[in-house]
Amino acid sequence: MSGDNIFTGLVEEHDGDARWAFGTGFTEALAGVDTTLPEGVDGPALAEYCQMLGDDALVQAQRLVHWVTDAPELEEEVALANIALDLLGQARLLLARAGQADGTGRDEDAFAYRRDASEFRNVRLTEAPRGDFARCIVTLLVLSSWRLALFTRLAHSVDPVLAAIAAKGVNELAYHREYAVSWALRLGDGTPYSHERMSAAVADVWPLTGELFAAHPVETSLAGLGAGVDPASVREEVREVLDQVLTAATLDTPGAFPDGEVSGREGRHTDELAPLVEELQRVAREHPEATW
Amino acid sequence: MSTTAQEASPGADEALQAHFDARIAANRRIEPRDWMPEAYRRTLVRQVSQHAHSEIIGMQPEGDWIASAPSLRRKAILLAKVQDEAGHGLYLYAAAETLGVDRADLTERLIEGRQKYSSIFNYPSLGYADVGVIGWLVDGAAICNQVPLCRTSYGPYARAMVRICKEESFHQRQGYELLMRMMEGTEGQRAMVQDAVDRWWWPSLMMFGPPDADSPNTRRSMDWGIKIDTNDELRQKFVDMTVPQAEKLGVTLPDPELSWNDERGHYDFGTPDWDELKRVISGDGPKNAERVARRRAAHEKGAWVREAATAYAAKRRNTEEVTV
Repeated sequence: MSGDNIFTGLVEEHDGDARWAFGTGFTEALAGVDTTLPEGVDGPALAEYCQMLGDDALVQAQRLVHWVTDAPELEEEVALANIALDLLGQARLLLARAGQADGTGRDEDAFAYRRDASEFRNVRLTEAPRGDFARCIVTLLVLSSWRLALFTRLAHSVDPVLAAIAAKGVNELAYHREYAVSWALRLGDGTPYSHERMSAAVADVWPLTGELFAAHPVETSLAGLGAGVDPASVREEVREVLDQVLTAATLDTPGAFPDGEVSGREGRHTDELAPLVEELQRVAREHPEATW
Repeated sequence: MSTTAQEASPGADEALQAHFDARIAANRRIEPRDWMPEAYRRTLVRQVSQHAHSEIIGMQPEGDWIASAPSLRRKAILLAKVQDEAGHGLYLYAAAETLGVDRADLTERLIEGRQKYSSIFNYPSLGYADVGVIGWLVDGAAICNQVPLCRTSYGPYARAMVRICKEESFHQRQGYELLMRMMEGTEGQRAMVQDAVDRWWWPSLMMFGPPDADSPNTRRSMDWGIKIDTNDELRQKFVDMTVPQAEKLGVTLPDPELSWNDERGHYDFGTPDWDELKRVISGDGPKNAERVARRRAAHEKGAWVREAATAYAAKRRNTEEVTV
C-alpha cells in the first residue's frame, strides 16, 4: 500500500488485518477450528465452564478500559489497554466456544449483551470497584497470577479448543503478571505514601481472594475428565507467587488466602456488577435490531 | 568540525545557514545533531508537540465509547485504535524531545492550556455512529495531512509519521466499515450515521487549518520543507477523495454548494465557518474545558505513582552503586 493511496484504497478489499490487533479482523473468532466435543464431556457443562472463564476476562477487561485516558502515564494507558485487549480476546474465544458446546449456536455477543448480570459467571474480584492505581495493580497481580496458573494447566485440556485458547492465553497472562509485578515493586518500595496505598489495596483485595480457589461443581467435574482445572489445585502455587512478589515489594504478606465459597460462579454477585453490565450493554440494548 | 568552533568564528552563522539551506534544497533530512535555525526548531517544536497533544486529547471522544461498544468485536477494534493513538502521542513526544524539549514540560503546557491541539477534538461524540464518522472523516483528514509529512524535512518527525500513517489507515478503514454496516442496518442506524456526518463534516474540513490567505506561517514552513502542501490544497484533496466515498456509503454531505467542476477537475464546495474555527481554537469550543480538565485530572491523580517510580528507580541506582 503506497503512502498516497491509503485513503483512496479505502473502498477496496483488504487482507492485512492480522497486522493490526488480534480480533479486529473480519472473520469469526473460531472460524475453521474443529469444534467437535471430546468424548465423555458434557456440552452444557463445558459451556458453563467457558462462560465462567470468559466472564472473568470480559468483566476484568471492562474495568480496565476505564484507565485508558485516565492513567498516571501514557505508557500505562498503552499497557492497560493492551492487557484489556488480550482479556477481551480470551473472552470472545471462550464465549464463542460456550455457544458451540451448549448446542445453541449462540455467538459471543449473545452471551455478552443478552444476559442479565445475574447470569454472569465471573468471580467477584473481577467486578470489584476500579479504585486507585494501587488497587488496579494488586487486582491485576492476583488475577493474572491465578489465571496464569489455571491456563498453564488448561493448555493440556482434552478439549482441543480450550487447550488452544489457554495456550495462547498463557503468553499474554505471563506478560500481564510481569507488568503487575513491576508496578507492585515500584509502588510497594517507592515512597512511604505509595507503600501505604499498596498496603491498603492488598487489604481491600485480600478478602475477595478466597473465592478464586473455591470449586464450582462444574469445575470439579470437568477437572475430573481432564477438560477443566480445579481452582483449588492452584491455591498453593498462587500463594507462593504472591508471597514472593509482596515480600520483594516490602509489603506485609497477609498469609493464607481466606476460605471462600462459590459465589459469582453461581450468579451471586456484588452490587457492583449490575451497573458494569448495564454500561457494557447499553448501546446494544438501545438498538436491539441493529447490526454492527 | 565542532559547532562551538564555528559559532565562535565570524561569519559562522552564515556558513551554517548556507549548509542548512542546501540540505533543504536538496530534499535531504535534517537530523537532531545538525545545526538548524532557531525559528525552524521552534516551529517544529510547536507543530510536533501540538500534533502529539492532538493524539492524546483525540483519545477522549472515542474513548468514551469503548465501555459501551455494541459488540465485542467493535470493542476490540475501538480499544486497539485508542491504544494506537496513545502510542502515536508517545512517538511524537519522543520526536519533539530530539529538539531539546522535555515531555514533562510539554505535558504541563497541554494541561495548563498553554499549547493547542487539533480543534476537532473539542466537538462531542454523541452516539456510536460518531465512532465510525470520526474514523472515516477525522482520521481521513488526518491521513491527508499526515501522508505528506512522511516526507517532511525533520528526520525524527518524518519517521514517526511513517509509522503513524500505517496505523491510521486501519483506523480510517474500521470507521468506514462500521458506517457501511450501519447503513445496511435499520432505518434508525442510517439516521444516526447521517446525523453524525452532518455534525462532523464541517469541523473535518477545518482540520486543514485556516484558508491559505489567512495562514501566515504556511509559506515559511513550506520553504523549510516542514509543510509540503498548503491548507487549501489538502482540503481540496480531502473533499475530492471523500465525495465518492459518501456516495458509495449513501450519505449526504451537508453542503448545498458541493458539486463537480469539470473545468477545474475538482469538487467545488462551500466555505467553512471560519469564525467558528477561531472560537474553538481560542478555547471556546463545546468541549475544550472538559478535554483538558480530564487530562489534567489524570495527570494530577497519577502524581504519587510517578513519584513512587522515580523514588524506586533512585533506590535501585543506589543499591547498584553499593554492590558494584
